[in-house]
Amino acid sequence: MTGPFAGGTVEERIDDWRRYLGRRREIRTADVDELEDHLRDEIAALREVGLADDEAFLVAVRRLGDVDTLSREFAREHTERLWKQILVSPRAEPASPARRREAWVAIALAVGAALAVKAPELFGLRLEGPSAATGFYARNFSLFVLPFLAAFFAWKRGLDRGGVLRLALPFVAGAVVVNVLPFGPASHTERLVALHLPIALWFAVGFAYAGGRWRDHDRRMDFVRFSGEWFIYYALIALGGGVLVGFTAFVFHSIGLDVESLLERWVLPCGVVGAAVVAAWLAEAKQGVIENMAPVLTLVFTPLFAVALLAFLATMLWTGNGIGVEREVLIGFDLLLALVLGLLLYAISARDPQAPPGGFDALQLLLVTSALVVDALALWAISARISEFGVSPNKVAALGENLILLGSLGGSAWLYARLLVGRGRFATLERWQTAYLPVIPIWAWGVVVLFPVLFGYR
Amino acid sequence: MNIDKDLVAASAAPLVLAILREEESYGYAILKRVEELSGGELQWTDGMLYPVLHRLERAGYVEASWGRSEAGRRRKYYRLTGGGAKRLEVQQRQWRVVDRTLRAVGFPAALRWRAKEAWA
Repeated sequence: MTGPFAGGTVEERIDDWRRYLGRRREIRTADVDELEDHLRDEIAALREVGLADDEAFLVAVRRLGDVDTLSREFAREHTERLWKQILVSPRAEPASPARRREAWVAIALAVGAALAVKAPELFGLRLEGPSAATGFYARNFSLFVLPFLAAFFAWKRGLDRGGVLRLALPFVAGAVVVNVLPFGPASHTERLVALHLPIALWFAVGFAYAGGRWRDHDRRMDFVRFSGEWFIYYALIALGGGVLVGFTAFVFHSIGLDVESLLERWVLPCGVVGAAVVAAWLAEAKQGVIENMAPVLTLVFTPLFAVALLAFLATMLWTGNGIGVEREVLIGFDLLLALVLGLLLYAISARDPQAPPGGFDALQLLLVTSALVVDALALWAISARISEFGVSPNKVAALGENLILLGSLGGSAWLYARLLVGRGRFATLERWQTAYLPVIPIWAWGVVVLFPVLFGYR
Repeated sequence: MNIDKDLVAASAAPLVLAILREEESYGYAILKRVEELSGGELQWTDGMLYPVLHRLERAGYVEASWGRSEAGRRRKYYRLTGGGAKRLEVQQRQWRVVDRTLRAVGFPAALRWRAKEAWA
């Protein structure tokens, strides 16, 4: 402790001390300012009781506590800094037995997912080719992947038996709904169930991720952050995997062997599901890598999305064209708005809650407001369509989703506006988002469980 | 007397809130007040106060603003919010239950004793 501060006047020593403290990622500059004020008060008090300058400095620094413990305490209070620190700490042994075991568990679960996706072929359900059971795979897709992801976190968080049972329930329910219910031919509700089940089950993974403590708001925010990071890792792996598969096919082709069907039947499906588990493991174990990228990505895409939405609105206003309400259009709009919401949530999770409101928050408000207007227009188009032609599962699903997005975006816009005029705190916004989060799985489960029955499996 | 770490940690938040109820304050002054109130018996590692303050700020129980000290240095002041006052009341009730329970098995009347000291 005393090493770095030897020699020099008190001012020089305080400067050294500041620099030393500032190297800790958990302690921000503002925190160092606050601690420095404290240090100087303490030094002044000690001088008054007769200590010499250097003695006073040493005693004051000692009383402040040693830097390791101090940064640990800071990290504990600011979990958003802790998760950056703890797993990529240079002091952590690179290949401790626990980390290695975790890697093996992840690989085993990835292999498990790969086997699960191939297992139905034993019962004659082909994944590709003319007699492919496309409907079966579309409905069950998430069930080949997400249980393994959930199992990984259940293992990692040491979920107790009650937690494991509660975790298994949604997966069993999902499997029953998609495979037992008598969907009609070319059924709309079947399509909706296939689209909503992954969302519903993703939040079951969230339950495992939070170690069962899903009521905890910080855990929810961590899960949002994890979801974004998982997505980035998955996209990167998919990109690399695509290149790998392409080149493999090419080099084998060059020696007169056609391996395409082998790649399509084995490598592709196994890779797609296995990569999901591996991406989750990477997002858990190597957070430091993405941590530096995520704020940059949100910084780049927030203005771009805002511009795209504003351009769309301006064009609509200019040409007077309304939104068409075909199924693809509805889904497209929902996806776009969901993406904006994802971007927003991710930006919120990556922001330092104690930073004062700034230009980027204003940009967020612009993005949220334009998304809100687009959402309102889509809602208007859907309700007009419903009142004209009556209800259909697709329209009701789109209506529900747009209402949920309206609530989330509206609340965010309001709280961002309050933050910017200095009448609200960022923590309120964060808290509101995490409090709103359960609405999404509740709706998704509603679509999965109730829609088929309500609409008679149409 | 050396007080157990757990007990010090548990009492930190209510103590800070109660001190801020008296008046707006800053880190160093809060520590001095703790020292004064406890007659020097409650020892905190100085630096540990700040993470506690930040947690309270994040939870909305206290509000912070940057001001200047008499010497003109940047100083962060903390003030109790309405939510913090409510939280403090809840915590007081909780401590009372703990205290009552401990007294029922023969502990000395800790809270009454401390209150008398403070008002003496």
